Amino acid sequence: MKDILVLMEHRQGAMRDVSLEMLSGAAKLGGTVVAVLLGKDVDAFADKAAGLADKVIYVNDAMFENYNSRAYQKALEALIAENGPGLVLIGNTAQGVDMAPALAVSTGFPLVTDVTAIEMDGDKPKPTRTFYGGKLNAHMNMKDADTYILTIREATFPADDPSKSGEIVKTDNPVSDDLSYRQFVEYVEPEVGDVDITQSSLLVGVGRGIREDKNLPIVEELAKLLGADLAASRAVVDAGWLPSDRQVGISGKTVKPKLYLAVGISGAFQHVTGMKGADVIVAINKDPDAPIFGIADYGIVDDLFKVVPKLTEKVKELKGA
Amino acid sequence: MNMVVCVKRVPDTSESEVHIDGSGKGIDTSRLSFGINECDNYAVEEAIQKKEALGGNVTVISLGDKQSDEVIRMALAKGGDDAIRLEDEAFAGSDAVAVAKALAAAVKDVEWDIVFTGALTDDDGYAAVPVALGEILGVPFATYVKKLEVMDDGKKVKVGRELEGGLMEMVEMTTPCVLGIQTGINEPRYASFKGIKQAARKEITIKSASDLGLDASDCGEAGSWAALEQFTPPVVGEMAEILEGEPDETAGKLAGILKEKGLV
Repeated sequence: MKDILVLMEHRQGAMRDVSLEMLSGAAKLGGTVVAVLLGKDVDAFADKAAGLADKVIYVNDAMFENYNSRAYQKALEALIAENGPGLVLIGNTAQGVDMAPALAVSTGFPLVTDVTAIEMDGDKPKPTRTFYGGKLNAHMNMKDADTYILTIREATFPADDPSKSGEIVKTDNPVSDDLSYRQFVEYVEPEVGDVDITQSSLLVGVGRGIREDKNLPIVEELAKLLGADLAASRAVVDAGWLPSDRQVGISGKTVKPKLYLAVGISGAFQHVTGMKGADVIVAINKDPDAPIFGIADYGIVDDLFKVVPKLTEKVKELKGA
Repeated sequence: MNMVVCVKRVPDTSESEVHIDGSGKGIDTSRLSFGINECDNYAVEEAIQKKEALGGNVTVISLGDKQSDEVIRMALAKGGDDAIRLEDEAFAGSDAVAVAKALAAAVKDVEWDIVFTGALTDDDGYAAVPVALGEILGVPFATYVKKLEVMDDGKKVKVGRELEGGLMEMVEMTTPCVLGIQTGINEPRYASFKGIKQAARKEITIKSASDLGLDASDCGEAGSWAALEQFTPPVVGEMAEILEGEPDETAGKLAGILKEKGLV
């Protein structure tokens, strides 16, 4: 089998988990695992990658100090041409998604995004991904090619403990293009609100099922009674019904409360990633196939507008007793 | 400042059960409602807001059959000026790159400074169209855009890309460019009654693959990176313990469990 090239992702001085996850997953597919590390003075990440890779290609250049998808794309084009890998793995992250489709177009190699499982058929990967917000798995047949590109969903593979000591090959920056048409300016940190939900021990999460902001009081009443804070799915924050610092998920916060009561939340992967670490997860949703029931401990399949007021009543009774 | 906004009609499956059809490659849509893809709705709003602020023209483009006219007309009703619909049997089975090739061919005949698309679609979720389209057109691109400021008389844009954990990456790019819009960038308006009436009379130009100068090898499965082989239901882990009964009963059971666990 040909080599597997794995792009290391890092930001603001930290290696991102998906990098080590992909190296661990690649090792199980067979073939030589080659980590590609583009950065400025990130020798520590090269050492980290070497623990899970057979070889680390390390390009140390100011061009890669902050992520620029064009610089990354041009570097990968050159490294793919030079190394002829059979497979290229990139994180299906805000960075990876901003670059991989352009890399696939410019190299002419096929791409499947947001991959959640890989089987190999000789040199050809057979990726699985999801459709309809995780409600179906789709088995994909890629066009025959010399190199296949996949973007891998975070947490698809567990990150293994370091077991290798791959050779670190310092490589000159292969990119000489003028990239001034797109320039990194700065990172802007998220706003801080009145409640830090990452510190809350009880959370009631509200999703799209609440339908309108005028319905929020029914969950607010329950939350208040439980002594819980309100959290929200992306849809509720996008609609402006709750502030963005209440958003749980990949683009929001990661929470680990004792209780996460998900009300009208379907449980798309993006949300679940942020709350699956809760001790007890309860879901109330009218769709029996909602993915949230796959990770909840307890579920009620019913109309939240009927169940939540009843639950408030029952909790009141218990508290009064 | 002229703009193109690409929209897709998709089934709303956010709160509905999704059943695989007999072919194993499609879903039973008989009980699903359809509408504009969520990110695309924000893309339409962003294009119209920029037109209102800076002047110019907004062209709405959609790849789909006649039923897509309803989402096109809604975008026109909100402030879009012209519309093109790409329809051809040859487009069946297109993945993100095949869609991007068709869109790239379609915008060649349109004057534009920015092409807006949704960052991803609610159905296949490839999230690859804006970036692939930008590369095919040979212009700068950015996706997961949640902030947009037009600078220097439209010669440049400053965009905020949404990263993990709510972090925003600010980048500056020259125009023309392609932007993949993320939900939450604005507050999409509702169309006015007057707008809807006017939109009903607007012409939607239909273009086939050959009108666009596309070869069969660029379209549908042949023009795609990958073909869908089969759908399967997702493998779920250990399912939740489902509390059965009427709301009064299930709420009572749940309250009891919370009490037992010391959470009440």
